[in-house]
Amino acid sequence: MAILEVEGLGKTFGSTEVLKDISFSLEKGEAVSIIGSSGSGKTTFLRCLNFLERPDKGIIRVAGETLFDAADPATVKEAVIRRKRLHFGLVFQSFNLFPQYTALGNVMLAKELLAKEQKDYKARRQEIHREIEEEAKELLAQMGLSDRMGNYPHQLSGGQCQRVAIARALALKPDILCFDEPTSALDPELTGEVLRVIRELADQNMTMIIVTHEMAFARDVASQVIFMDEGVIVEQGTPEQVFEHSREERTRQFLSRFTQG
Amino acid sequence: MEQILEQLPIVIPALNAGFLQTLKLFVVTLLGAVPLGLVIAFGSMSRFRPLSYFTKIVVWIVRGTPLMIQLLIIFYFPGLVWGHQLWGGGEAGRFLASAVAFIFNYACYFSEIYRGGIRSVPVGQEEAGLVLGMTRSQIFFKVTLLQMIKRIVPPMSNEIITLVKDTSLARIIALQEIIWAGQAFLKGSQGISGQIWPLFFTAVYYLLFSGILTVLLGRLEEKLDYFR
Repeated sequence: MAILEVEGLGKTFGSTEVLKDISFSLEKGEAVSIIGSSGSGKTTFLRCLNFLERPDKGIIRVAGETLFDAADPATVKEAVIRRKRLHFGLVFQSFNLFPQYTALGNVMLAKELLAKEQKDYKARRQEIHREIEEEAKELLAQMGLSDRMGNYPHQLSGGQCQRVAIARALALKPDILCFDEPTSALDPELTGEVLRVIRELADQNMTMIIVTHEMAFARDVASQVIFMDEGVIVEQGTPEQVFEHSREERTRQFLSRFTQG
Repeated sequence: MEQILEQLPIVIPALNAGFLQTLKLFVVTLLGAVPLGLVIAFGSMSRFRPLSYFTKIVVWIVRGTPLMIQLLIIFYFPGLVWGHQLWGGGEAGRFLASAVAFIFNYACYFSEIYRGGIRSVPVGQEEAGLVLGMTRSQIFFKVTLLQMIKRIVPPMSNEIITLVKDTSLARIIALQEIIWAGQAFLKGSQGISGQIWPLFFTAVYYLLFSGILTVLLGRLEEKLDYFR
């Protein structure tokens, strides 16, 4: 069964229809990359999945459970949405690390706040804290940041910040991890270290949706590629299909800009 | 000069007593206005239009009229119009009325500083918190608040130093703060009259106190320098 199913998702800002009837599904352990020019609706789509924008139309299902249905008011309330967000993780283009916390603190914060909602929190406080810290350290080590755990974001390079942000998202064990142009704010020489980390996650069969302008990366990290333009999915298929045998003229035009460039 | 040295043992204790009242008004105003300002800031940022308009009009009136007039109205209005001495008599009553006027006035100024501080925290901070399943109040207290405090320390320092000197406005309703105490020797008190130097000398108290505050607030600013 698909881990994620999206049906007929639509979003309008004022009079601009940013997303029109987006439908797609994703299998567990699969990575999909979304490509397309700026303003094509890619970012809005990710923001809808993470409930940062409320879609006007459509349904979002995770592992068969309907998380959001624009037609069903019970699923769109702020109070019920908070927990549903945890199915998804989001890595932002601009990292959005919390500047007053260390790398380790950034990874631990949300998990600790969530742990406080557990019934046995008071009794096991020390133990829970230790567990969360251990996990966070492990994640940062996995990101190659063992020696940077005590640093504050302003003491880290952009690539290191983004890797902390990935660890922070992973700490909550989301079913689906979304990346919103994770390397667009980085200096070219720093993109490699971030892409390498994402590739490792793909190798570990993390379910991921990656919005990116790195065409070569989009192609070889994902098992499925989606090309979006003007709020619709123009083309969707295996990397080979989309990159080598595009059916749509718009896709070919978009890709030619990269091959020539 | 000799005369001043003779009068010093009488004048200094009187000025000290006045300064104590000044200090009390300063501390009480801060304790009240710092939290009240936050409430007003939330009011003016509310998505509930009537509340935000109402708050903005109140802030406009308070910031748009002299604190001295506000003091006079708050102190005299209840007695003159309702025939009821709301504040009670004597120095305690004058202090209460002054405290209310100062807290309200300063809370309005603080609210605008807070509003700017909250606005200046990038929206991505809140979004990152939301995506991580944090509640809005967790985001405010654990993420936004400290970043906001860091940004508002310089403008708040300015207001706090201004408050030190503004307390002298309470003289208008005869609160026995340090200006009042200094002026007493002009009119005649404890065998000294026609002397203006005690009034001038009050400046030394203000200078010393604002100097200490400047140093303390500077330290706070440095302390928050550990992040950017």
